[in-house]
Amino acid sequence: MADREAFLARVRAAQPAHEPLPEVPLFEAPAGDLHERFSAALKLMGGGEAEARSAADVSAMILRRFGSEARIASATPEVQGTREISAATKPASLEDVDVGVVRARFGVAETGSVWLSEREYVVNALGYLVQHLVVLLDPAQLVAGLQDAYRRDDFRAARYAALVTGPSATADIEGVLIQGAQGVRSLTVVWLPAP
Amino acid sequence: MKRVEHAKLAGAFLSRPEHVAFHDKRLWDLRSKRDAQAHAIPEWEMLRTLASQIKSHTLSHLADYLDQFTRMAESNGVQVHFADTAEEHNETVYRILSERGMTALVKSKSMLTDECEMRAWLESRGISVMETDLGERIQQLDKQPPSHIVVPAVHKLRDDVAEVFGRTIGTDPHNNDIHYLAESQRMNTRPWFVREKTAGMTGCNFAVAETGTVVVCTNEGNADLSANVPPLHIVSMGIEKLIPRVSDLGVFVRMLSRSALGSPITQYTSHFRAPRPGAEMHFVLVDNGRSERLAMPEFWYSLKCIRCGACMNTCPVYRRSGGLSYGSTYAGPIGAIINPTFDLKRFSALPFASTLNGSCTNVCPVKINIHEQIYQWRQVIAAQHELPFVKQEVLKMAGRLLGSPTLYRGTVASLEGALRRLPNFMLYNPLNIWGKQRDLPHVPHTTFHAWYRKNRKGGGDGGS
Repeated sequence: MADREAFLARVRAAQPAHEPLPEVPLFEAPAGDLHERFSAALKLMGGGEAEARSAADVSAMILRRFGSEARIASATPEVQGTREISAATKPASLEDVDVGVVRARFGVAETGSVWLSEREYVVNALGYLVQHLVVLLDPAQLVAGLQDAYRRDDFRAARYAALVTGPSATADIEGVLIQGAQGVRSLTVVWLPAP
Repeated sequence: MKRVEHAKLAGAFLSRPEHVAFHDKRLWDLRSKRDAQAHAIPEWEMLRTLASQIKSHTLSHLADYLDQFTRMAESNGVQVHFADTAEEHNETVYRILSERGMTALVKSKSMLTDECEMRAWLESRGISVMETDLGERIQQLDKQPPSHIVVPAVHKLRDDVAEVFGRTIGTDPHNNDIHYLAESQRMNTRPWFVREKTAGMTGCNFAVAETGTVVVCTNEGNADLSANVPPLHIVSMGIEKLIPRVSDLGVFVRMLSRSALGSPITQYTSHFRAPRPGAEMHFVLVDNGRSERLAMPEFWYSLKCIRCGACMNTCPVYRRSGGLSYGSTYAGPIGAIINPTFDLKRFSALPFASTLNGSCTNVCPVKINIHEQIYQWRQVIAAQHELPFVKQEVLKMAGRLLGSPTLYRGTVASLEGALRRLPNFMLYNPLNIWGKQRDLPHVPHTTFHAWYRKNRKGGGDGGS
């Protein structure tokens, strides 16, 4: 392994003349309702959407879509899973889970992304190793754009944070879109105010 | 190493017309989607300027930002390693793995690990390496390097993938259904994430100095699986990935996938700041020629590259020659300006694989003056006598001919009738590699000078 001081000294010696760091302005957000913009972007990225009035609605939707045999792991106390998860749960043990449920901290209208960290996931692998992901999102928790998201402090405290936008996807063979490349086969955002 | 003969290598690709046609169309489609995204954002050009300035600033203070990033990462519980060369990078990764008894590495796509030829290095030492990005996995199984930095197997058609998978992972070689092929890869790959004694690895799109965070963008979620399931996560990163602030991501993340694939964002934009409790995280910072490039007055701008591939998608030469013809991890226009900094002799043909049309520069999200650098490399190569003999002699002849109006007009006049027959000989004679795989446009029946004399009587001789 290289010596750190020598490594940095070589870089320092190679640096071009100093250039200033620009201030990045906050650009005007496009017109339109945040909820509608979020929905349009999410659809473009292959994500699904559902409305719920209560956590019971969410459970009913999961039952309807995935059947009574589905193995469910929920990271939010609002929705009951068939399997308990905690910070001590081994990530690999989620491999046979059909449906993961999690509540996002906020959403980004520009891209249809939801913000999730280890606090929301409880076990980070929940977002990727299960077959389908159901994400609860409070319609009041939307920011307009990525520029706004990256001005929030949430990124500074989280060990791990992800902007998740629709399901796992690939178009690596002839540009044909496949959902469920390595991660979840579907992602459904359920609009439900936080309790 | 031998000189990479781009035109000759492109010949192999061009011998398969249906591949060339699809490749051209697919990449142009990405370029068109990129345009639609860019045009939908009023501040797009401003974002490009800001991104370029942020990168200029960071590169001109790189040692300080690397120092800040390292200190932050360490205070977050990450172990940071420094590697001067590709070999040191590979040795460091191997040491981290072997000290912990790891026998396999499950990883997302990283051009840096391709640059370091890490896979072969680890596998010869008993570590199995599983590429989990579909395109990169296809290339791994076919024992080929990626042909594009974003879509590694874009030069292959479904039949090629069916053949590769049939030969390597036991699928039906006659089933070329893309859903079947992708699902087969998923089933083949996913068990690796949960194996014992398996570590995870990702690359790095951006490294934020103020928080020590590494940002990785994928569409498959394979980086998140590689990092969040195994007990050990190694990040392989080039030193040029640094940016100063979290808020700068609001510029770069907005542009990366829009420039690359024409989508507003990748499905997963993931921020790794600290290891999970009970797990380990290691960052390997790699120089491998980057500080040398940083010291090159005209060429350091290429270090701004965020690896979106927009310059490749728009390049008419790249689209019609395929990435493998560049003989390097980095193909296309960006490859033409990066590779000569690694090895001028070996890559001296690449700056000539360009029409200097400037499209690469116009789509670059960090405003690298790619086509100007290509031209500058040609001058360096000519000055250092790296031009092949035939090209030198032909250029000398052309220089004499084009430098003298009398000689030029005399030559053209003497060709008059023959002009429509001669070019094919001139073009396709074995001395002129440029003529291979190219057609001449239709030759007009008369020269401009002859036309002018006839139609503008009394207009003099047309000036000098």
